[in-house]
Amino acid sequence: MNVIDIQGATKVFNPGRGNQVEALAEIDLAVEPGEFITLIGPSGCGKSTLLRLIGSLISPSTGSVQVNAKPAEQARLDRDYGMAFQTAGLFDWRTVTKNIELPLELMGWSKGDRRRRAAEMLELVKLSEFAKHHPSELSGGMQQRVAIARALAFSPPLLLMDEPFGALDEMTREHMQDELLRIWKETGTTVVFVTHSIPEAVYLSTRVVVMSPRPGKIASNISVALGDRSASTRDDPAFFTKVTEVRTALRKVEE
Amino acid sequence: MSALKGFSAPIVAGVVLFGLWQGVLSLFNPDGFVLPAPSEIVGALIDNWDEVFKGARITGFVVVSGLIAGIILGIVAALLVTRFRTANETITPLAVAVNAIPIIALAPIFNNWFGLTSPRSNQAIVVALVFFPIFINTTRGLTQVDRSQVELMESYAASRSRITREVRIPNAMPFFFTALKLATSLAVIAAIVAEYFGGRQDALGPLITQSAGLTRYDEAWAAVLAGTLIGAVLYFAVLVLERVAMPWYSLIRSHNDET
Repeated sequence: MNVIDIQGATKVFNPGRGNQVEALAEIDLAVEPGEFITLIGPSGCGKSTLLRLIGSLISPSTGSVQVNAKPAEQARLDRDYGMAFQTAGLFDWRTVTKNIELPLELMGWSKGDRRRRAAEMLELVKLSEFAKHHPSELSGGMQQRVAIARALAFSPPLLLMDEPFGALDEMTREHMQDELLRIWKETGTTVVFVTHSIPEAVYLSTRVVVMSPRPGKIASNISVALGDRSASTRDDPAFFTKVTEVRTALRKVEE
Repeated sequence: MSALKGFSAPIVAGVVLFGLWQGVLSLFNPDGFVLPAPSEIVGALIDNWDEVFKGARITGFVVVSGLIAGIILGIVAALLVTRFRTANETITPLAVAVNAIPIIALAPIFNNWFGLTSPRSNQAIVVALVFFPIFINTTRGLTQVDRSQVELMESYAASRSRITREVRIPNAMPFFFTALKLATSLAVIAAIVAEYFGGRQDALGPLITQSAGLTRYDEAWAAVLAGTLIGAVLYFAVLVLERVAMPWYSLIRSHNDET
């Protein structure tokens, strides 16, 4: 059974008005459990729109989006996925622990369970000593780790991430990528990840989905079989071959 | 010690200012007719303590009650316009239009409505003046939220009221307190000026006009001093309330100062 099943989904913003935008045209996409999918493409190719369709933050103009074999909206109401965005989106008025507990509060977990879970998640992202701090006291990379811990706190079967490392410096970014892969392997969750960095897409994913703009379409699916990633993966000739393959596909859609 | 540090500069500045005031007057204007020396004002305050204290209690009540009513109305209106589109389309233009009226100019008209010696008209002026900054700033805080925070809450299938409680209201608090600091001084000004035109005749406003009319300027200044103290006490109370209500906010500010 597919985690995500999109058939003929389109999205038109402001239909029938002067500022009408055809954001997505006829998207078909199937994602299997445990896959790590990256959506990549030039700006305006609708990759964030596609992610929001999957997350049911917007609804398709035509076509269907199924998550866990039910309509995306039902999946959202059932809290089937966690989300992380480019900005960490932490709540300044809550401590780090309280931020991670937020989804658990909404799901009615008891106080003790929440505390225990938040402590576990903080250990996972290696921020235990910052449990009682407020987000404004943390660096950008640390805030992003808290956001990921929050997204994973209730063990969602699906994780949706919109350029979560976009605002980080290169060193922090690579560190976060390794961290995310470790968590992905430990939890076995399915990930859909939006980025515009080619090396990031190749390093992280089991499959890179290249999109073309105006209107957004899926141009090609490139599967990446590099096995377990490590520091040496980034110097591996097979890694570079894949990077070139994705880059060539992107060049083609830019023309 | 660090808390005192912040106060030492204004205290020194105040002492120097009042020292100069006192010194210059005792050198050049010994009868203190137009501008009495600080010592004379304090003397007048002590001599007329019962009268000034009573006036301050009456004006203080107008200020505080008007402030509270204005705050409640402002917050309720802000919540309504954020939640309901129709409320936004009706209340917002109306509030802007009302704000264009020089409210204080309505004081004599309000006296006619509520009775010349009733403090109600003065309270109404304070409410009308306090309402607008509270309403506008709180609305801004409720609507200018981080988009990803709202999407995050939606992804958890949170209800609208839950999103308001968890995201919009905390986000609006700094905006609200900024407006409240503005509103406290506005409220004192509004109350005293409104009292010039009517309301209870033993309030601070009439005390100032009557003393000045009788050329008892030291008494008029003593009443002004009482009004100043009301404003200062309220402002300080707001600062304390702000600290208690949003302990996290000072962290952001101190962090921003560093970077």
